Amino acid sequence: MSTYDEDFIASLEARARRVRRHIIDSIYSAGSGHPGGSLSAADIITALYTAVMKHDPENCCWDKRDWFVLSKGHAAPALYATLAECGYFDVEELKTLRKLESRLQGHPDMLKCPGVEVSTGSLGQGLSMACGIALAMNLDRQQNKVYCLMGDGEMNSGQIWEAGMFATHYKLGNLIGIIDRNGLQIDGATEQIMGIEPLAFRWKSFGWHIIEINGHSMRQILDAVERSKEISGKPTMIIAHTIKGKGVSFMEGSLKYHGKSPNDAEYQLAISELEEGA
Amino acid sequence: MWEMESQRVAFGDSLRQLGRERQDIVVLGADLSSSTRTFVFAEEFPERFFNCGIAEQNMMGVAAGLAAGGKIAIPSTFAVFATGRVYDQIRQSIAYPKLNVKIVATHAGITVGGDGASHQINEDIALMRAIPNMTVVVPVDAVETPKALRAAVEYDGPIYIRLCRINVPRVTTEEDPFEIGKCTMLREGADVTLIGTGLMVSRCLKAAETLEQEGISASVVNMSTIKPLDKAKVLELAKATGGIVTAEEHTVAVGMGSFIATMISENYPVPIRRVGIPDVFTASGESDELMVKYGLTEEAVAKMAREVVLERN
Repeated sequence: MSTYDEDFIASLEARARRVRRHIIDSIYSAGSGHPGGSLSAADIITALYTAVMKHDPENCCWDKRDWFVLSKGHAAPALYATLAECGYFDVEELKTLRKLESRLQGHPDMLKCPGVEVSTGSLGQGLSMACGIALAMNLDRQQNKVYCLMGDGEMNSGQIWEAGMFATHYKLGNLIGIIDRNGLQIDGATEQIMGIEPLAFRWKSFGWHIIEINGHSMRQILDAVERSKEISGKPTMIIAHTIKGKGVSFMEGSLKYHGKSPNDAEYQLAISELEEGA
Repeated sequence: MWEMESQRVAFGDSLRQLGRERQDIVVLGADLSSSTRTFVFAEEFPERFFNCGIAEQNMMGVAAGLAAGGKIAIPSTFAVFATGRVYDQIRQSIAYPKLNVKIVATHAGITVGGDGASHQINEDIALMRAIPNMTVVVPVDAVETPKALRAAVEYDGPIYIRLCRINVPRVTTEEDPFEIGKCTMLREGADVTLIGTGLMVSRCLKAAETLEQEGISASVVNMSTIKPLDKAKVLELAKATGGIVTAEEHTVAVGMGSFIATMISENYPVPIRRVGIPDVFTASGESDELMVKYGLTEEAVAKMAREVVLERN
C-alpha cells in the first residue's frame, strides 16, 4: 500500500477540486465542450501529474520524463486545467479554450499547447501512439513510463484491440493503460450502445495485467500505479470505475452533460458546489 | 530500350543502407515484409523492425508514437492499405501533429495486375495530397527510389512515397539530381510539354520520339513530387511551349493532371490534356494488358499532344 500521508492525499484532492473548477470555468467560457468525461477523468489526471509522473513544466522535452497520452481527447479541459495547475501556462489562459487563436484547441494539439505530448481527438487511436512511444523508450534504453488514458466508449473501436495485441506481443512493460470507466457514451449507457463487458476479462485474455480501482480515490489511483511498476514484461491496464460528471451533482451520471456547456444558472450552481467542497 | 528494374528491391536495399547509417530509423510492416522488401532491413536490424500483423491502423499509430519518441518511422505496405484503409490514422495521428513518419507504399495503381480492384488503388495520390502537412513523392524508377528515400529521411515531417509492383524502365541516371518539390527535365522541346509521373514518364519519352518524327518537338518532365507541386517550372514550360499533356497511372479525375490543370487555368491558361485512369474500379489482368485497356499508352500521350498542338495553332 502507498506510503502517502493524509495531508498529501488531502492536498491532491484539493488540487483535483481546483481542476474541476477550471474545467467548468473554461467550458462555460467556451460555450461548448465536454464536461462529463472531463470531470470523470479529473482525479486520475491530477494524480498522475502531481504524484506519479516525472515531468518538468520548465522543460517539456526533458528526456527522462514520463509520457501521457490522452486518448479520450475530448477530456482536453481536464488536461489543460492540470497542465496549468502544474505551471505549464497561466491558469488565466484556460478561459481561451476553443477560441480563435487559442493554444487550447477543442481537442489537444501537441504543436500548439505546451505539455501536450500527442495530438488526439479521433477516438481509438491513442493507445497505438502510446505503444509507439513505449517502443521508442525501450529502443533508447530509457526508463520512462507511458500512461494512456482512454474512455470506455473507445473500447468499441477495433484499433484499440489491435494496439492491445501489439502491446503484449512486444512486451511493453513500460506502458500503463487507464480506462475511465464512467459507463456512459454519447448515445447512452455503454452496455446498451455496444456492450464492452466483461472488460477486465477481455483485457486479461489479451495478456495485460489488470487492476480495478475506484477512479475517484486518490489513494487507490496511486496504489494502482505503484503496483503496475512491479509488473515486468507486460503492460498494465487499470480499469478505473468513475462517475461521469463527478463533483457536480446535477452532472453526475447524466448523459446530458457529455458534450454540453452549462448555462448561466447551471454554471453558478456547479461552481458553488465545487467551492463548497474546497 | 530501357533496362527494367524493381523499385521495391531498390527500396529494400536502400532502407538497409540507411539503417546502417542512422540508428534512429525504425521500420514497420503489416505482414507483407517480403513483398515490400522491408525484410531486407528486418534481417539486419531485427530490433528496429516491428511487424504489426494485418493491422494497418495500429501500425500507423505506432509509427506516429515512435516518431513522437524521436525516431524516424517508416511504415510500409501495399498502397491500398497504406492510404485508404488508414486515411484517418494518417490524418489525425501523423499529419496533424506533423510527425516524422515516412509512409512507403508499394503496389500502387493498376499494375498490381491479377489481384484486381480490391488491391488496385488509383486514388491514393488524391487522398494523400488532400491532407495538410503531407508531402507526396512518386519516384520514377529504381535509380530515383533510393534518392527519394534518402531525401525523405532527411526531411522533417510526414511523407508519402508511392512505388510500383512491377519492374519499371530505368529512365534516369545515378547522376541525375533529385530534390523534393522539384521536377526534372528529361527532354527539351518547343511545341508541347509532356508531364509524366511514375510509370507514365517512360510513355511520355516514347511519345516524344514518335512526335519528333512528325515534326512536333516535345519537352518531357519527370514530376516526381506531386505535393508540393513545382509550380514555377510548370508555368515556365507552359509559357515556353504553350501546351501541356499530363500522364499518370492514377484516376484522372483527381490526380496530378487535375492539380496541374487547376494551377495552369488560374495562372497561365494554355491547352491541356490529361492521360489517366477513368473513374471506374479497374479489373484483373496482366499489367501491360491493363495499361492498354485503361488507355495508359504512349499512343494516348502522343494523340493528346497532337490535339494540344492543333488547338494552340
